[in-house]
Amino acid sequence: SQSVRSFLLIQTVSHKHVCFSKQRCGVIICRYSTVYDPNEKVSLIIRVIKTCKKMGIKTVAVHSDVDSSAVHVKVADEAVCVGPAPTSKSYLNMDAIMNAIKQTGAQAVHPGYGFLSENKEFAKRLAAEGVTFIGPDTHAIQAMGDKIESKLIAKAAKVNTIPGFDGVVKDAEEAVKIAGEIGYPVMIKASAGGGGKGMRIAWNDEETREGFRFSSQEALSSFGDDRLLIEKFIDNPRHIEIQVLADKHGDALWLNERECSIQRRNQKVVEEAPSTFLDPDTRRAMGEQAVSLANAVKYSSAGTVEFLVDSKKNFYFLEMNTRLQVEHPITECITGLDLVQQMIRIAKGYKLQHKQSDIPINGWAVESRVYAEDPYKSFGLPSIGRLSQYQEPLDLPNVRVDSGIQEGSDISIYYDPMISKLVTYGKTREEALKKMEDALDNYVIRGVTHNIPLLREIIVHPRFVSGDISTKFLPEVYPDGFKGHMLTAGERRELLATAAALYVAAQLRSQKFLGDLRVSVVPAESRQWELCVELDKGVHMLGVSRSGNNYTVEIDGEKVEVSGEWNLASALLPITINGKHRTLQCLLRTAAGEISLQYLGTSFKLRVLSNLAASLSKHMPEKVPEDTSSILRSPMPGSVVAVSVKPGDNVAEGQEICVIEAMKMQNSMTAAKTAKVKSVHCKAGDTVGEGDLLVELE
Amino acid sequence: YRWPLDEAGDGQRLEHLASKVLQNARCYSVSHLSVQERIEKKRKAALTGGGQLRIAAQHKRGKLTARERLELLLDPDSFVEYDMFVEHRCSDFGMEADHNKYPGDSVVTGQGRINGRLVYVFSQDFTVFGGSLSGAHAQKVCKIMDQAMMVGAPVIGLNDSGGARIQEGVESLAGYADIFLRNVMASGVVPQISLIMGPCAGGAVYSPALTDFTFMVKDTSYLFITGPDVVKSVTNEDVTQEELGGAKTHTTVSGVAHRAFENDIDALLNLRDFFNFLPLSNKDPAPVTECHDPRDRLVPGLDTIVPLESTKAYDMLDIVHGIVDEREFFEIMPNYAKNIVVGFARMNGRTVGIVGNQPKVASGCLDINSSVKGARFVRFCDAFNIPIITFVDVPGFLPGTAQEYGGIIRHGAKLLYAFAEATVPKITVITRKAYGGAYDVMSSKHLRGDVNYAWPSAEVAVMGAKGAVQIIFRGKENQAEAEAEYVEKFANPFPAAVRGFVDDIIQPSTTRKRICRDLEVLASKKQTNPWKKHANIPL
Repeated sequence: SQSVRSFLLIQTVSHKHVCFSKQRCGVIICRYSTVYDPNEKVSLIIRVIKTCKKMGIKTVAVHSDVDSSAVHVKVADEAVCVGPAPTSKSYLNMDAIMNAIKQTGAQAVHPGYGFLSENKEFAKRLAAEGVTFIGPDTHAIQAMGDKIESKLIAKAAKVNTIPGFDGVVKDAEEAVKIAGEIGYPVMIKASAGGGGKGMRIAWNDEETREGFRFSSQEALSSFGDDRLLIEKFIDNPRHIEIQVLADKHGDALWLNERECSIQRRNQKVVEEAPSTFLDPDTRRAMGEQAVSLANAVKYSSAGTVEFLVDSKKNFYFLEMNTRLQVEHPITECITGLDLVQQMIRIAKGYKLQHKQSDIPINGWAVESRVYAEDPYKSFGLPSIGRLSQYQEPLDLPNVRVDSGIQEGSDISIYYDPMISKLVTYGKTREEALKKMEDALDNYVIRGVTHNIPLLREIIVHPRFVSGDISTKFLPEVYPDGFKGHMLTAGERRELLATAAALYVAAQLRSQKFLGDLRVSVVPAESRQWELCVELDKGVHMLGVSRSGNNYTVEIDGEKVEVSGEWNLASALLPITINGKHRTLQCLLRTAAGEISLQYLGTSFKLRVLSNLAASLSKHMPEKVPEDTSSILRSPMPGSVVAVSVKPGDNVAEGQEICVIEAMKMQNSMTAAKTAKVKSVHCKAGDTVGEGDLLVELE
Repeated sequence: YRWPLDEAGDGQRLEHLASKVLQNARCYSVSHLSVQERIEKKRKAALTGGGQLRIAAQHKRGKLTARERLELLLDPDSFVEYDMFVEHRCSDFGMEADHNKYPGDSVVTGQGRINGRLVYVFSQDFTVFGGSLSGAHAQKVCKIMDQAMMVGAPVIGLNDSGGARIQEGVESLAGYADIFLRNVMASGVVPQISLIMGPCAGGAVYSPALTDFTFMVKDTSYLFITGPDVVKSVTNEDVTQEELGGAKTHTTVSGVAHRAFENDIDALLNLRDFFNFLPLSNKDPAPVTECHDPRDRLVPGLDTIVPLESTKAYDMLDIVHGIVDEREFFEIMPNYAKNIVVGFARMNGRTVGIVGNQPKVASGCLDINSSVKGARFVRFCDAFNIPIITFVDVPGFLPGTAQEYGGIIRHGAKLLYAFAEATVPKITVITRKAYGGAYDVMSSKHLRGDVNYAWPSAEVAVMGAKGAVQIIFRGKENQAEAEAEYVEKFANPFPAAVRGFVDDIIQPSTTRKRICRDLEVLASKKQTNPWKKHANIPL
């Protein structure tokens, strides 16, 4: 029945049979590298397998020893183990992958995201074996994979480019010289780079030297290539990219734009398609330049041309990504095209089936990148843990979640912390954003810290809603760092009322004993409760009365009506507050009255006590918290790259103490005060957990 | 944690309480007014204990008064007090003077309700002679204990006492012994819980030690046989109260206390929560409360929790939290002998005792401390009709001179004995390793396990492959090959399954569903051990 279905599907789409499926297996799916984002990659692989299944193509997943139970291995038709856990011995081991191809008779390879997906050597070896590489050919990867070369090609193809130095920068001093010529600010970036790694902005000579040093280190560790280039830094730009699709017959299309300006540390957080900023003329101009670049390198397959767009709608070529990008689903949503299917068709040598005039913009799509990150630290430092509970909001309409994890998955320091790509779609932008709010509220992630609080705040922020964004959005909107949702007085009352009602519901249930009882239970009959609720150091006296599942909570003379099912086992807490429907999540409920609720994305800690307990609390001894200024703890899990101090050293406030690397990002840890180093608890090469003691000052 | 409420609150509440008691008293409308007046006076005196100054001092120490504690522990208006008029009978050292008599003496006793269920309580009053134990004090405690046993309801003691009433001499010692005897008589009849909320020193410590559970309050409670001064004079050791007998010491080093809480309020609220897990007596089944967690809920995370490398650790608590109702697990002794996890949870609303080896700590091996911890918990469950669910991932007993000299043989035997003797429903899940004698010990089929499951990752064998091969093929070549063969043969659940030593090999994600179903069936289990005066557990 599967072949019938796939046949029908292909008929409706192309009227042509894509015939990989005749053989034992068709497409081999590789999961590559820890350099980028394995979780993200798994989610793409699953995404590709879904399309292959629709097309009637059998798939093979390759995996390392430790990933044999990963999701992509389960959903593929076949699986081949290509080696032990270290990626250099498995996912990056070309020989093992080539063997897997021979062993399974695969006719094509989809490389996933990441390192090998843009590796010229790999593409060459495949070509030599007569295996189809689903993606652009070696020449295009080579040309576009190198930032210096790609810029030259772009210039030749009459694509707008950023003023800068079109060559490799030899050392820090040359960097300073070139920067002076171009004029500050400048951007120093890895020639082989991508994804914001090995990228630094410098505003003066000193920063240029330091940036050069950091970027070359990062570039070397991330890409094995420390060549850097320098160009003019366009301040306050938007990041808008054009999806292109080109076949092997010289035809190319642009599939409209994706707005990816909301970023932190040069990595995208929220994307949408289309952009609120582009008018049809600019869109067409960008699209046409993107297509002419694709033609210039004889590009075939799906690709993305990234542009920086300044406030006057001038746009500059940034780079071309020769792979299917994380944010591709939003383009699929508004154009109705399955990009993976198109890539497979193109790889097989078919002509494009659409004309430029066939490409629509239907509705609006928004994508949130859900990360295992603590958004309260620099808009997201990696966190680790085991997903003890995980529930995607898939029962909501027009919500798509691409993920590669499941309940029970471990998020470790070795992987990029992406949990999923959450996409919502609506007829209008407003509708898509409202869906995103609901989807984020209904997304259950427990066991790791995640960035839903930040995502939920971004999409409702007035500046975002009005479309007034740039790549500086986060630092501009939250100059002192992200602090979570700021409650209005009304929201505060809603939150307090919900906590109080939940507390009473739990109290009442704890009196319900079932079965025959030798000694009767005498429950404390009450319809009225006097409670004291603490939230952010503020104390509120609440009166609660109940009728069935409906609670009336009186706070400071205002009445709040809360009703719900009060299912104390469910992770989600759907309730109606004053007639409004809301979904909260109960994260914690202890015997001592502590209740944590996720409300409007942010988690709030409350404490509910009876008036009696609250009034006696004043006698409880205060526990003295640890003095943190003399203690340096790791803000995230990672590995120690370098320790710059030893016991007895004098350090100045702000001086670098050590460097922690997590997810291939180097973070400099500095002293919080001027003091003498008392003790050092880590050394280069150590693996540290979040909150681990690194250095003690006197 | 401070609440900015008005300071007058305490006084007002006390007044309110006193007036309520008086109202009740008036209902009996005694005709002799002078007697009526005396009753009211005495009651009022009883309610203020050692007086406002001492109450203020108690508060200053970060502690609540005996009555405030009972108010928090029990349901509102449920406390019924006994022996409010009892006074001490000492006439030496000026104790007979009126100002040295306090109605009720240094303890408040009675019964009340926790979430509607009956409980007997005593709460020592530190404001009266430092809560010291007089003959009268002991007599009051004994009275409620006797009644608790007759009625079949638990006893909770809130300990806050400086020790013996020295002025009474042997009378006080007799009082302790009277209480000890009742602790022993009540053991296994009704649950007994001690919450140490202040000092508890000398002979007094043996009452908590005899009860089923001892909880402590951090920073304000101490338990020791002799205090730091005596220690200094006898052994010349310098030690603080906190180091010698504080909550941290007893919950991590000595294993005397089962858990510690932040402060009085935290402790009492947690005690209410804990009480809900317990049956009232050995005549009652394990309580069943209303449950919102579906009993057939699948737990997909469990399918991947056991790492593929058998040397890699994982957290047994993740399994426990995933399986039990609402991820709610009241762990007993969470910081002592952490290589075994024990505690209470619910399955479809019914209280169960959970025992699990903890691979995260010392590979989950059994040693002296973990055996004793496990054994005592298993015996409590068995005494009070609480089904036991055991999760097994045990590489064996910990080797070494420290363990052998410490008597691992007789201590390990305790856990074996406890599991073997238990007649409550016993369900066992082998998640990974079940090696050697430790396999037998951990509620195996051979010790009358009712339902024994293995996960596909289970390895039931005499020992790990490497050790086994070194013995079987000593001096032979091809050890690696032999090891692979051993792994192939034994590092899987089949050898046990083909012999019926496990009843089924189950998908981990279905474990909750299976256990809930089994517990329903086993609810009517009846099993008795041969008649004996009492058994002789290897103490």
